[in-house]
Amino acid sequence: MQTALSLRLATRLGPQPLKLAGGAALAVLLAMPALHLWTDPASSLHVSAYTLTLVGKILCYAIVALAMDLVWGYTGLLSLGHGLFFALGGYGMGMYLMRAIGHDGNYQSDLPDFMVFLDWKTLPWFWQGSEHLAWALCLAVGVPGLLALVFGWLAFRSRIKGVYFSIMTQALTYAAMLLFFRNETGFGGNNGFTDFKRILGYGIAAPGTRATLFLLTVLLLVAALAAGFWLVNSKFGRILTAIRDAESRLMFCGYNPLYYKLFIWVASAMLCGLAGALYVPQVGIINPGEMSPANSIEIAIWVAVGGRGSLIGPVLGAGFINAAKSWFTVAFPEYWLFFLGGLFIATTLFLPRGLLGLLRRHKEKA
Amino acid sequence: MADIKSSQWRYNMLGYAFSGISLGSVLLLAALGLAITYGLLGVINMAHGEMLMIGAYASYVVQNLFRSWWPGAFDAYLLAALPVAFAVTFVIGMALERLIIRHLYGRPLETLLATWGISLMLIQAVRMLFGAQNVEVANPSWLSGGWEITPALTLPYNRLAIIAFVAGVLVLTWLLLNKTRLGLFVRAVTQNRRMADSVGVPTGKVDMLAFGLGSGIAGLGGVALSQIGNVGPELGQGYIVDSFMVVVLGGVGQLAGTVTGAMGLGIVNKILEPSLGAVLGKILILGFIILFIQKRPQGLFALKGRVLD
Amino acid sequence: MMPVTTSQALQRESWDGDTPASGRLLQPGVDVTHGQILYLDDISVSFDGFRALNRLSLSIGVGELRCIIGPNGAGKTTMMDVITGKTRADSGSAFFGQTINLAQHSEAEIAQLGIGRKFQKPTVFEAMTVQENLELALAGPRSVWASLRARLSGQQRDRIDELLTLIRLGEQRARQAGLLSHGQKQWLEIGMLLAQEPQLLLLDEPVAGMTDAETEKTAELLLTLKGRHSLMVVEHDMDFIASIAGKVTVLAEGAVLAEGSLQQVQADERVIEVYLGR
Repeated sequence: MQTALSLRLATRLGPQPLKLAGGAALAVLLAMPALHLWTDPASSLHVSAYTLTLVGKILCYAIVALAMDLVWGYTGLLSLGHGLFFALGGYGMGMYLMRAIGHDGNYQSDLPDFMVFLDWKTLPWFWQGSEHLAWALCLAVGVPGLLALVFGWLAFRSRIKGVYFSIMTQALTYAAMLLFFRNETGFGGNNGFTDFKRILGYGIAAPGTRATLFLLTVLLLVAALAAGFWLVNSKFGRILTAIRDAESRLMFCGYNPLYYKLFIWVASAMLCGLAGALYVPQVGIINPGEMSPANSIEIAIWVAVGGRGSLIGPVLGAGFINAAKSWFTVAFPEYWLFFLGGLFIATTLFLPRGLLGLLRRHKEKA
Repeated sequence: MADIKSSQWRYNMLGYAFSGISLGSVLLLAALGLAITYGLLGVINMAHGEMLMIGAYASYVVQNLFRSWWPGAFDAYLLAALPVAFAVTFVIGMALERLIIRHLYGRPLETLLATWGISLMLIQAVRMLFGAQNVEVANPSWLSGGWEITPALTLPYNRLAIIAFVAGVLVLTWLLLNKTRLGLFVRAVTQNRRMADSVGVPTGKVDMLAFGLGSGIAGLGGVALSQIGNVGPELGQGYIVDSFMVVVLGGVGQLAGTVTGAMGLGIVNKILEPSLGAVLGKILILGFIILFIQKRPQGLFALKGRVLD
Repeated sequence: MMPVTTSQALQRESWDGDTPASGRLLQPGVDVTHGQILYLDDISVSFDGFRALNRLSLSIGVGELRCIIGPNGAGKTTMMDVITGKTRADSGSAFFGQTINLAQHSEAEIAQLGIGRKFQKPTVFEAMTVQENLELALAGPRSVWASLRARLSGQQRDRIDELLTLIRLGEQRARQAGLLSHGQKQWLEIGMLLAQEPQLLLLDEPVAGMTDAETEKTAELLLTLKGRHSLMVVEHDMDFIASIAGKVTVLAEGAVLAEGSLQQVQADERVIEVYLGR
């Protein structure tokens, strides 16, 4: 049944050469948690905790890339702040995970360790309710959404677009990073949140927890792909590309681009938040470094390398670059930035439609 | 009693104004080249910060050369570093324009990404050449110390020198843009590329030289920065967001806008800092800029005209 | 915004049908009791000291086809910018019908009120097919919510077929708009304008870059629209203007220099001077 579902999805989602590959990839992804749980660690089929975490992390990135593609690839708004939405989602989840540590922290206090360290006596107001996972998830989705709504409304209303929009979003994430670096902001300063113990009572590093989180990530990615597919093939999706290609024509057709941009921008931010919320329990840490402008720009290159304006492309790009990154940083740490930098240049110069465009061109030639 | 208070207040204000102008002049050095290339080509050069960094490293190298070959003339190294830094960054800037940016005209977002790639490579190259740690660049003796106005207020010579230096660079840039043929071409292309092209302005060459010039100014800025702060591979990264904000605030195409934007940001930053702290002050300024461009999307000084889509 | 029911009723009307012209002209919301669809009164616009429009006053009658001519820089495009909300006038007023003050509406609202505009350079959505271009332009609700649930109705399909025939792009309906020839793009843009069901069409150089045969066809098309819609056409091509005749307004230095039939304005000393004096 799993394969049937994955095949059907692949048929609907991908161009011809990717159908089978997509179906196979999904089948493998769905099998991974099972192989982690129920095979002998010595067996060659066994999926280690390291691998599961790494792939889970990359899948979260793939969701972010997808969200980025909706605003950049389809709507033409290059955001350099998507790392911020991702990190905010992560912090939302992190608040719950910090509270779930309970008295098992170093100071055995009701408060998270960093607050004890700062000599705080009570929880700040914005931490209220964070002991409930449901509320933390609301924060993880709602805070990025709200920030995107306010920023987007101001930016789109005054018709900020192109590089201006990009550098404003970069300034936004930079400012947020500085804010979160401060201890007084109440999110653990430099160190952020880490040393999580459990989630909903289950051990955070337990194989079952890992497998469940992984599965949830796969499901979110598939759901995001399906929703994205539906969205870009609706009239709404065509209006997005119309904004990208000829915004003034669209206005003189009677559409107000503001609301369309705002809708996709906020939806994209919320999706990032959700991805961040799944990312943090898997990697076990969140800190302000996630908000650094460099991270956000890297998201753009995942999308560009994979092929923007297609939904599968960014997922492939995120997978490819992050897999390359984990290989490079072990094998040739010094050369990773050269590789990444070269990729930025080569993609923009020679592969405007990304890897997927390359595949398609091959197919068209054949 | 009241007299003492008011004079103290006056010195405080003077202190704020001084540190504001000092910060503003640093921002101006960082943003000036950016504003020129953005106005001219409509592209954001994300590797611009790295030109500052390279300029700073150029002064480090020149310093070391002086130290080992002409220790007697050590105090003069800074003067020698200026042309070296300018030349190096000028050449790198032109090479970037020729090799990469030229091929991306009309695609500003891609240019932004490609130049970011360049910046990553430059940072890593410097790390491999000079190490990831900060390097030490000494002040020549004539820049050490300061001018003591009151015991509470001393104006450091290196800051004063930077302000004077920025003023000098500004005058030179103004002369270059307004009194030379190259400047005329640059202004012509900024205002109407197609028209300039059709009346015979060699736009390709102008682009290249202007890009080199913008980078070269940043290189000079790097020499100045080496005198007041740490010199490390990530030096440029710290300035890039701020210098973008200067360009957003000041608008493009006119030096006056960039100067006002830089000084305004510098002074407001320093006024907010004592009461709010540096970070909240910065955030407040960002919020202000976002609100400001609601009213004037083109920045403080903009060339108005029939909107061409 | 016009009620959906009215626009649907209007869609049924065929191009060559004999429904009274007033059916399209008297839509709710636009009061044209004095027979004028557009009034520009004393409008000035300046850019950094350059006066693009200088106390311009002009009005267009219901169902009229008005040609606007004038040397470069006379303010023709700026005038269209003011009417469609792209540029705000420094002073003066622009009214659509008797009651709608255009200065109070955004570009999108003005388009929804019933003013369609074709740009000087043909602008279509190049990544979409010809048919999808028309679909987006079709009159109807413009909200995000509606766009998420939009399905093409049978009536709308018929309307698209009709428009495709009218603009002679029936064969190209599934082709990417970016692949069309220049003249075909111009027509597609005119088709998109018509799909919006505007009462007033502003056409900025509709035959620029067209072959003679295409220009002739365009003239025919505009003549069939006259009476049902009010049209304002900016053109440089005098033969084309002669072929669609009607009243001609000459703009110079941001103001109306002369108005009348083509022969009249061509004989006007001042008109000859602005054209030859440069």
